[in-house]
Amino acid sequence: MRPGRHLPVRAALLFGMIAVPAHAATIQITIDNLVFVPAEVSAKVGDTIEWINKDVFAHTATARNGDFDVTTPPKKTVSSILKKAGSIEYYCRFHPNMKAVLTIAP
Amino acid sequence: MFVRLSAAIAALSLLTGPALAQGAKPTDPQIAHIAYTAGVIDIAAAKQAIGKAGNKEVKAFAQDMVRDHEAVNKQALDLVKKLKVTPEDNDTSKALSKQATEKLAELAKLKGADYDKAYVANEVAYHKAVNGALETQLIPSASNAELKSLLQTGLKIFQGHQQHAEQVAAKLK
Repeated sequence: MRPGRHLPVRAALLFGMIAVPAHAATIQITIDNLVFVPAEVSAKVGDTIEWINKDVFAHTATARNGDFDVTTPPKKTVSSILKKAGSIEYYCRFHPNMKAVLTIAP
Repeated sequence: MFVRLSAAIAALSLLTGPALAQGAKPTDPQIAHIAYTAGVIDIAAAKQAIGKAGNKEVKAFAQDMVRDHEAVNKQALDLVKKLKVTPEDNDTSKALSKQATEKLAELAKLKGADYDKAYVANEVAYHKAVNGALETQLIPSASNAELKSLLQTGLKIFQGHQQHAEQVAAKLK
Protein backbone atom coordinates (compact mmCIF):
# COMPACT_ATOMS: atom_id res chain seq x y z
CA MET A 1 0.00 0.00 0.00
CA ARG A 2 1.66 3.20 -1.17
CA PRO A 3 0.56 6.09 1.03
CA GLY A 4 0.72 8.62 -1.82
CA ARG A 5 -2.05 6.95 -3.76
CA HIS A 6 -4.89 7.70 -1.37
CA LEU A 7 -3.86 11.18 -0.47
CA PRO A 8 -5.94 13.07 -3.06
CA VAL A 9 -9.01 11.02 -2.15
CA ARG A 10 -8.50 11.68 1.54
CA ALA A 11 -7.97 15.37 0.99
CA ALA A 12 -11.10 15.58 -1.12
CA LEU A 13 -13.12 13.81 1.57
CA LEU A 14 -11.72 16.03 4.26
CA PHE A 15 -12.44 19.28 2.50
CA GLY A 16 -15.82 18.06 1.41
CA MET A 17 -16.98 17.20 4.91
CA ILE A 18 -15.70 19.94 7.11
CA ALA A 19 -14.76 23.52 6.57
CA VAL A 20 -11.11 23.63 7.50
CA PRO A 21 -9.82 27.13 8.25
CA ALA A 22 -7.17 28.04 5.70
CA HIS A 23 -4.15 28.01 7.99
CA ALA A 24 -5.29 26.11 11.05
CA ALA A 25 -2.35 24.26 12.52
CA THR A 26 -1.96 21.57 15.11
CA ILE A 27 0.57 22.39 17.80
CA GLN A 28 1.85 19.93 20.37
CA ILE A 29 2.56 20.87 23.96
CA THR A 30 4.04 18.09 26.04
CA ILE A 31 3.76 17.71 29.79
CA ASP A 32 6.77 15.77 30.96
CA ASN A 33 7.91 15.44 34.56
CA LEU A 34 5.70 18.35 35.65
CA VAL A 35 6.91 20.75 32.96
CA PHE A 36 5.02 22.21 29.98
CA VAL A 37 7.30 21.93 26.93
CA PRO A 38 7.79 24.31 25.23
CA ALA A 39 7.11 26.82 27.96
CA GLU A 40 6.23 29.53 25.45
CA VAL A 41 4.15 28.82 22.37
CA SER A 42 2.75 31.10 19.67
CA ALA A 43 -0.45 30.11 17.91
CA LYS A 44 -3.50 31.52 16.15
CA VAL A 45 -7.18 31.44 16.86
CA GLY A 46 -8.52 28.26 15.26
CA ASP A 47 -5.35 26.26 15.84
CA THR A 48 -5.56 22.98 17.70
CA ILE A 49 -3.36 22.28 20.69
CA GLU A 50 -2.54 18.67 21.37
CA TRP A 51 -1.75 18.38 25.04
CA ILE A 52 0.43 15.28 25.43
CA ASN A 53 0.65 14.21 29.06
CA LYS A 54 3.59 11.82 29.49
CA ASP A 55 3.31 11.78 33.29
CA VAL A 56 1.59 9.18 35.44
CA PHE A 57 -0.16 12.13 37.11
CA ALA A 58 -3.28 13.97 35.99
CA HIS A 59 -2.68 17.61 35.10
CA THR A 60 -4.64 20.58 33.82
CA ALA A 61 -3.81 23.44 31.48
CA THR A 62 -5.84 26.23 33.01
CA ALA A 63 -5.81 29.79 31.69
CA ARG A 64 -5.47 32.39 34.43
CA ASN A 65 -8.04 34.57 32.65
CA GLY A 66 -10.49 31.68 32.36
CA ASP A 67 -10.28 31.32 28.55
CA PHE A 68 -9.58 27.59 28.70
CA ASP A 69 -9.35 24.76 31.21
CA VAL A 70 -8.19 21.43 29.82
CA THR A 71 -7.77 18.33 31.99
CA THR A 72 -5.17 15.84 30.83
CA PRO A 73 -5.44 12.38 32.38
CA PRO A 74 -2.22 10.41 33.02
CA LYS A 75 -0.49 9.19 29.83
CA LYS A 76 -3.19 10.68 27.59
CA THR A 77 -3.35 13.24 24.79
CA VAL A 78 -6.19 15.76 24.75
CA SER A 79 -6.94 18.22 21.94
CA SER A 80 -8.44 21.66 22.30
CA ILE A 81 -9.14 24.38 19.75
CA LEU A 82 -8.06 27.93 20.53
CA LYS A 83 -11.05 30.26 20.41
CA LYS A 84 -9.81 33.61 21.71
CA ALA A 85 -6.75 35.71 21.06
CA GLY A 86 -4.45 36.95 23.79
CA SER A 87 -1.23 36.35 25.63
CA ILE A 88 -2.36 33.81 28.14
CA GLU A 89 -0.59 32.55 31.20
CA TYR A 90 -1.75 29.11 32.13
CA TYR A 91 -0.96 26.68 34.92
CA CYS A 92 -1.89 23.29 36.34
CA ARG A 93 -4.66 23.54 38.95
CA PHE A 94 -3.38 20.41 40.71
CA HIS A 95 0.25 21.60 40.74
CA PRO A 96 0.23 25.41 40.54
CA ASN A 97 4.04 25.41 40.32
CA MET A 98 3.62 24.28 36.67
CA LYS A 99 3.30 27.43 34.55
CA ALA A 100 3.63 28.40 30.88
CA VAL A 101 2.49 30.98 28.32
CA LEU A 102 0.44 30.63 25.17
CA THR A 103 0.35 33.63 22.83
CA ILE A 104 -2.65 33.44 20.53
CA ALA A 105 -2.83 35.75 17.54
CA PRO A 106 -6.28 36.69 16.14
CA MET B 1 -1.70 26.02 67.43
CA PHE B 2 1.94 25.50 66.55
CA VAL B 3 2.02 22.39 68.65
CA ARG B 4 -1.01 21.02 66.83
CA LEU B 5 0.40 21.79 63.42
CA SER B 6 3.64 20.11 64.17
CA ALA B 7 2.29 16.55 64.28
CA ALA B 8 4.50 14.86 61.74
CA ILE B 9 6.92 17.69 61.40
CA ALA B 10 8.87 16.87 64.50
CA ALA B 11 9.50 13.43 63.11
CA LEU B 12 10.80 14.83 59.86
CA SER B 13 13.04 17.16 61.79
CA LEU B 14 14.74 14.04 63.15
CA LEU B 15 16.31 13.95 59.74
CA THR B 16 17.80 17.38 60.01
CA GLY B 17 18.23 17.30 63.78
CA PRO B 18 20.33 14.95 65.89
CA ALA B 19 20.55 12.27 63.23
CA LEU B 20 22.25 14.65 60.87
CA ALA B 21 24.40 16.15 63.59
CA GLN B 22 25.81 12.70 64.24
CA GLY B 23 26.51 12.38 60.55
CA ALA B 24 24.08 9.50 60.17
CA LYS B 25 23.00 9.39 56.56
CA PRO B 26 19.90 7.35 55.72
CA THR B 27 20.53 4.45 53.36
CA ASP B 28 18.57 3.93 50.13
CA PRO B 29 16.32 1.22 51.68
CA GLN B 30 15.59 3.61 54.57
CA ILE B 31 14.98 6.56 52.25
CA ALA B 32 12.55 4.47 50.20
CA HIS B 33 10.72 3.52 53.39
CA ILE B 34 10.53 7.11 54.66
CA ALA B 35 9.28 8.47 51.32
CA TYR B 36 6.70 5.71 50.98
CA THR B 37 5.53 6.19 54.58
CA ALA B 38 5.18 9.95 54.03
CA GLY B 39 2.88 9.19 51.08
CA VAL B 40 0.81 6.66 53.00
CA ILE B 41 0.30 9.23 55.77
CA ASP B 42 -1.00 11.85 53.38
CA ILE B 43 -3.32 9.33 51.71
CA ALA B 44 -4.81 8.39 55.10
CA ALA B 45 -5.33 12.06 55.98
CA ALA B 46 -6.94 12.66 52.56
CA LYS B 47 -9.30 9.69 52.95
CA GLN B 48 -10.43 11.08 56.27
CA ALA B 49 -10.97 14.46 54.60
CA ILE B 50 -13.01 12.97 51.75
CA GLY B 51 -15.38 11.62 54.39
CA LYS B 52 -15.40 14.63 56.71
CA ALA B 53 -14.78 17.82 54.74
CA GLY B 54 -17.74 20.12 54.17
CA ASN B 55 -16.11 22.47 51.70
CA LYS B 56 -16.19 21.28 48.08
CA GLU B 57 -12.71 22.54 47.27
CA VAL B 58 -11.23 20.89 50.35
CA LYS B 59 -12.82 17.61 49.32
CA ALA B 60 -11.51 17.98 45.75
CA PHE B 61 -8.05 18.76 47.11
CA ALA B 62 -8.17 15.60 49.23
CA GLN B 63 -9.12 13.57 46.15
CA ASP B 64 -6.13 15.06 44.31
CA MET B 65 -3.89 14.00 47.20
CA VAL B 66 -5.10 10.39 47.11
CA ARG B 67 -4.64 10.20 43.34
CA ASP B 68 -1.15 11.76 43.22
CA HIS B 69 0.31 10.10 46.29
CA GLU B 70 -0.97 6.69 45.18
CA ALA B 71 0.64 7.29 41.77
CA VAL B 72 3.97 8.27 43.37
CA ASN B 73 3.89 5.33 45.75
CA LYS B 74 3.10 2.93 42.93
CA GLN B 75 6.18 4.20 41.11
CA ALA B 76 8.20 3.80 44.29
CA LEU B 77 7.05 0.18 44.69
CA ASP B 78 7.80 -0.57 41.04
CA LEU B 79 11.26 0.92 41.46
CA VAL B 80 12.22 -0.96 44.63
CA LYS B 81 11.03 -4.16 42.98
CA LYS B 82 13.14 -3.43 39.92
CA LEU B 83 16.18 -2.54 42.02
CA LYS B 84 15.57 -5.53 44.30
CA VAL B 85 15.70 -3.20 47.30
CA THR B 86 13.65 -4.01 50.38
CA PRO B 87 12.48 -0.79 52.07
CA GLU B 88 13.79 -0.79 55.61
CA ASP B 89 11.77 0.47 58.55
CA ASN B 90 13.62 3.01 60.68
CA ASP B 91 13.15 5.49 63.52
CA THR B 92 12.11 8.34 61.23
CA SER B 93 9.40 6.24 59.56
CA LYS B 94 8.20 5.01 62.95
CA ALA B 95 8.05 8.50 64.41
CA LEU B 96 6.25 9.77 61.32
CA SER B 97 3.60 7.04 61.52
CA LYS B 98 3.07 7.46 65.25
CA GLN B 99 2.59 11.21 65.02
CA ALA B 100 0.39 10.92 61.96
CA THR B 101 -1.89 8.53 63.85
CA GLU B 102 -2.16 11.10 66.65
CA LYS B 103 -2.89 13.86 64.17
CA LEU B 104 -5.65 11.80 62.52
CA ALA B 105 -7.26 11.23 65.92
CA GLU B 106 -7.04 14.92 66.70
CA LEU B 107 -8.60 15.91 63.36
CA ALA B 108 -11.31 13.28 63.80
CA LYS B 109 -12.67 15.27 66.76
CA LEU B 110 -13.19 18.42 64.69
CA LYS B 111 -16.24 19.23 62.60
CA GLY B 112 -17.38 21.44 59.74
CA ALA B 113 -15.35 24.54 58.93
CA ASP B 114 -13.03 23.91 61.91
CA TYR B 115 -12.10 20.55 60.46
CA ASP B 116 -11.65 21.90 56.93
CA LYS B 117 -9.30 24.64 58.13
CA ALA B 118 -7.29 22.33 60.37
CA TYR B 119 -6.92 19.70 57.63
CA VAL B 120 -5.74 22.19 55.01
CA ALA B 121 -3.42 23.98 57.46
CA ASN B 122 -1.86 20.64 58.33
CA GLU B 123 -1.50 19.80 54.63
CA VAL B 124 0.44 23.04 54.09
CA ALA B 125 2.69 22.37 57.07
CA TYR B 126 3.12 18.68 56.31
CA HIS B 127 4.07 19.16 52.66
CA LYS B 128 6.45 21.93 53.68
CA ALA B 129 8.15 19.60 56.15
CA VAL B 130 8.30 16.70 53.67
CA ASN B 131 9.70 19.00 50.98
CA GLY B 132 12.32 20.32 53.38
CA ALA B 133 13.37 16.77 54.27
CA LEU B 134 13.47 15.76 50.60
CA GLU B 135 15.56 18.75 49.60
CA THR B 136 18.04 18.84 52.43
CA GLN B 137 18.37 15.21 53.40
CA LEU B 138 16.64 12.48 51.38
CA ILE B 139 17.62 13.58 47.84
CA PRO B 140 21.25 14.41 48.72
CA SER B 141 21.58 11.10 50.61
CA ALA B 142 20.13 8.86 47.90
CA SER B 143 22.88 7.01 46.10
CA ASN B 144 20.88 5.19 43.40
CA ALA B 145 20.28 7.52 40.43
CA GLU B 146 16.76 6.23 39.72
CA LEU B 147 15.73 6.60 43.36
CA LYS B 148 17.15 10.13 43.38
CA SER B 149 15.25 10.96 40.20
CA LEU B 150 11.96 9.63 41.62
CA LEU B 151 12.49 11.67 44.80
CA GLN B 152 13.09 14.75 42.64
CA THR B 153 9.82 14.15 40.78
CA GLY B 154 8.15 13.65 44.16
CA LEU B 155 9.56 16.97 45.35
CA LYS B 156 8.08 18.79 42.33
CA ILE B 157 4.69 17.13 42.85
CA PHE B 158 4.67 17.91 46.59
CA GLN B 159 5.77 21.51 46.03
CA GLY B 160 2.75 21.75 43.76
CA HIS B 161 0.58 20.27 46.53
CA GLN B 162 1.95 22.79 49.02
CA GLN B 163 1.06 25.71 46.73
CA HIS B 164 -2.34 24.19 46.01
CA ALA B 165 -2.98 23.74 49.74
CA GLU B 166 -1.90 27.33 50.40
CA GLN B 167 -4.39 28.56 47.79
CA VAL B 168 -7.20 26.49 49.30
CA ALA B 169 -6.25 27.70 52.80
CA ALA B 170 -6.34 31.35 51.67
CA LYS B 171 -9.88 30.89 50.37
CA LEU B 172 -11.08 29.39 53.64
CA LYS B 173 -10.23 32.53 55.60
